[in-house]
Amino acid sequence: MTLTTREKIVKRAVKEIKDGMNVNLGIGMPTLVANEIPSDYQVLLQSENGLLGIGPYPTEDEVDPDLINAGKETVTAVKGAAFFDSAESFAMIRGGHIDLAILGGMEVSEKGDLANWMIPGKMVKGMGGAMDLVQGAKRVVVIMEHLSKKGEPKVRKECTLPLTGQGVVDRLITELAVFDFTEEGMVLIEKLKDISLEELKSKTEAEYSISPNLIEW
Amino acid sequence: MSKVFTSFDEAIQDLKDGDTIIVGGFGLCGIPEKAIEAILRKGTKNLTVVSNNCGVDDWGLGLLLANKQISKIIASYVGENKTFEQQFLNGEIEVELTPQGTLAERIRAGGAGIPAFYTATGVGTPIAEGKPTKVFDGKTYIEERAIVGDFAFVKAWKGDKLGNLVYRKTARNFNPLAAMAGKITIAEVEELVEVGELDPDQIHTPSVYVQRILVGDHYEKRIERKTTRKKEEVY
Repeated sequence: MTLTTREKIVKRAVKEIKDGMNVNLGIGMPTLVANEIPSDYQVLLQSENGLLGIGPYPTEDEVDPDLINAGKETVTAVKGAAFFDSAESFAMIRGGHIDLAILGGMEVSEKGDLANWMIPGKMVKGMGGAMDLVQGAKRVVVIMEHLSKKGEPKVRKECTLPLTGQGVVDRLITELAVFDFTEEGMVLIEKLKDISLEELKSKTEAEYSISPNLIEW
Repeated sequence: MSKVFTSFDEAIQDLKDGDTIIVGGFGLCGIPEKAIEAILRKGTKNLTVVSNNCGVDDWGLGLLLANKQISKIIASYVGENKTFEQQFLNGEIEVELTPQGTLAERIRAGGAGIPAFYTATGVGTPIAEGKPTKVFDGKTYIEERAIVGDFAFVKAWKGDKLGNLVYRKTARNFNPLAAMAGKITIAEVEELVEVGELDPDQIHTPSVYVQRILVGDHYEKRIERKTTRKKEEVY
């Protein structure tokens, strides 16, 4: 079975989640990570509209308009879940109580800047909770396709789009590689077996060093 | 003096053109449907609306947008609404995009008598432009101002005749904060009970924040994205 680009990214992203974590998954591709979390893990998923402990989508007769996730989809709550208001939700986020946030991205820079909310000249929809999450979560992992639909690099020296946060990304996962952002700069830590270091470099505008413990998959 | 009203039109009779209103809800979940319908009937203009979202084209705050009653929106996400897009591109409407957590805290602060606060959210982004900054323990924060509304409109599950409120599941969202930050807070509930029937330990919004309370009937509770799984699917 060949996996789609998004499936590959999601499969790698789920490894970021450890047993016992409280995790916020962004809207879109990050939401798909939930389906891959090992069933024996005790992980609580936070939804910034006021739920810690998102469960699976409801069956037709379980649908409850008072129970949605941040993407406005109907969901259920797991055993042990808690509901709260939006100020409390972001106290949780800003206060560093959420272990991990996995977010989508439009661009990431070599300094760990993230842009994921606005394309100037196009309609501005809003940042929702993304700016709070990247500042507040203990660890921020961005997942995105390595190149834009036009084939342009999204992993940049500097973001060309307005930022969501400055120096906030801890790890970037694409379908080709995984990078960490450290005090010493951006480091390649994993890559696809089928791509050479030269080819990866040609697809990445950002400058990065290569970890001596580079893992290939 | 009773806080209980029987008519939504009467409850909002002193709402004026140009007022700032804080409206509870997240997407279409937990929105004060009946108050929005009454504002639509009243036709109040030039409203500044503070709400996380602005409804969809034909429901929620989208109804007030379509009727051109809103001149400014303070929200975190307005992406579900073509009417908004059109009015924004025509320059008919002003928008102040605010990160969701900052918006929640600005409203909470407004209700709590705190004029401003510092947050790291938005540092180094367009949101920080023109805002004072301050360094605490080596980290930069921006100053965000509190919001107070002339009116706040909230929706709760149950309320008593004094104005104590209980919300249900994720329909709570911005409602308790909005309730705190309105000079006049109007709460609508699905079930209005006698004083003493709600367990004081379970109250989410104490009555002190609520000036007027009404029971609404036939809540539509429209769902934006109905997502389901089949019964046999095991999660």
